[in-house]
Amino acid sequence: MDSAGEVVVNDGKITHEGFTVAARAFSDKWKRHNLSLPPWSWVPLINRTLLKKEEGYLSLEKIIILTSLEESAEEESLDVTAGWSEKEEADDDHTVLVVQNVEDEAHYYDYHIVYSASYMVPMLYFRGYSSDGKPLSLDVIKRDLPSSSVSLLLESKWTFITQEEHPYLNRPWFKLHPCGTEEWIKLLSESSSLNDCRMPIELYLVSWFSVVGQVVGLKIPHEMLI
Amino acid sequence: MAANEEEAVKYVWEGAIPLQIHLHKSEVASHPAPPPALVLAPRIGYLPLLVPLIKPYFKDSLPPGEDSIWFDYKGFPLKWYIPTGVLFDLICAEPERPWNLTIHFRGYPSNVLIPCEGEDSVKWNFVNSLKEAAYIINGNCKNVMNMSQSDQEDLWTSVMNGDLESYTRLLPKLKMGNIEDEFSRKANLSSPQSRQGGTETDVAGQVKTARIPVRLYVRSVNKDFENLEDVPEIDTWDEISYLNRPVEFLREEGKCFTLRDAIESLLPEYSGDRAQTSGEEEADGSQETRGEVKLVRIQGIEVRLEIPFSWVVNNLMNPEFYLHISVLVKAPQR
Repeated sequence: MDSAGEVVVNDGKITHEGFTVAARAFSDKWKRHNLSLPPWSWVPLINRTLLKKEEGYLSLEKIIILTSLEESAEEESLDVTAGWSEKEEADDDHTVLVVQNVEDEAHYYDYHIVYSASYMVPMLYFRGYSSDGKPLSLDVIKRDLPSSSVSLLLESKWTFITQEEHPYLNRPWFKLHPCGTEEWIKLLSESSSLNDCRMPIELYLVSWFSVVGQVVGLKIPHEMLI
Repeated sequence: MAANEEEAVKYVWEGAIPLQIHLHKSEVASHPAPPPALVLAPRIGYLPLLVPLIKPYFKDSLPPGEDSIWFDYKGFPLKWYIPTGVLFDLICAEPERPWNLTIHFRGYPSNVLIPCEGEDSVKWNFVNSLKEAAYIINGNCKNVMNMSQSDQEDLWTSVMNGDLESYTRLLPKLKMGNIEDEFSRKANLSSPQSRQGGTETDVAGQVKTARIPVRLYVRSVNKDFENLEDVPEIDTWDEISYLNRPVEFLREEGKCFTLRDAIESLLPEYSGDRAQTSGEEEADGSQETRGEVKLVRIQGIEVRLEIPFSWVVNNLMNPEFYLHISVLVKAPQR
């Protein structure tokens, strides 16, 4: 792991050092090809007392998703401070509530790519909030997700997307479970033009995000993969 | 497992904290207010699992509405997905018995705490942690994934009921590699190397590494203190850094990898200052800026840092194969 021609990506896994290199390559490529979206920024962790060397995560924030009128109606009526469960409300009625809504409600999303030392792969964390900063519940977020993700969410409630603590921010965020990432990264690298089972580090996060991004509806331009 | 190890594991499983639980005064809708409930909370358990025991005490006093239950200690909201014993070790520097907690049935602080849907949430938190631990130890989580639904259910039930016997019976199905103990290794040299996947042996076979699932909670205090009762009360979770990172267990012939080595590998900033668990006089001058490890607690024990890490892992880990370490540090002055 320390030699000059270092193998930082192997068998679908990446080392912590490799992740920081891959992160930089990914955000550079993103900036060049993805002009419609803001750039990913690298957030270094300097304030924590217990850090080794360079550590941080990638962040793409305040991405706006507009929801249509009838979908946002329900969510407009949600009051987080009230003592009733949002979930049940959302589940049983799509029919009753007709709240008038002058304009489409914007949903904002923040995405963070964080390194998992356990699985040795990147992990995607995200959160959604409305324009007044109120966090969106998973039931509201579901309506912004691609239908394939929604059906997967129904099948595996506890092992696909769950609310967990952000490893650095100490707050509940949504997390895409990383179990299995290594497997399909391996598949991706085998199917790529390289005969080798290794993946060039510059492409690691790009390949990873080409799959993971789709789960949350973020597609990457094809040119990024070349 | 050697006899003394079995004993240690039994102590861990039987460990419990006496709780005195008060209903938050804003939720008292009866006269007189209900007396506090006394419950014995297993160290390896989780607070939401106590709700079926506690709720009968308070149900007649609650205002109308739906339950969304959470606990606090002196206003500090407790994370339900951290084992109860770890919360106690982390938050009560000077152990308080009984531990006075407040239960809330309303007003869930969803900006700080992950939502909890009762036992199901706790169970899946356990299973997902077990999967992560398996991945760290074996290099995959197949054995957990392939466990039959009923075995998985039984395993969870055994943890929930503190039933060590059933747990031990189901354990072989997980095929988790064990790290050899420094002591027992000598006793049975013939036993085959049990840790797979996570273990690498170099050409000469002298240096082995294995990955150990560790959750490290570091509470940092700014001002120095002599006695544990002088440790200031905790205000926010921001005073605690949480490190979920495997320890690379390095074994070299003739050298013992200690708990100190493990902690220093995760907290390099605190290494090399010969930090002791008791207040050791440090030279002034350059030392002033350096942080200091004041206390290391695992399963309620103030552990000596010279203990072989393998012993600590094998005996003091929680049932999801994670070793939870609570550390109290004096923050470096910058």
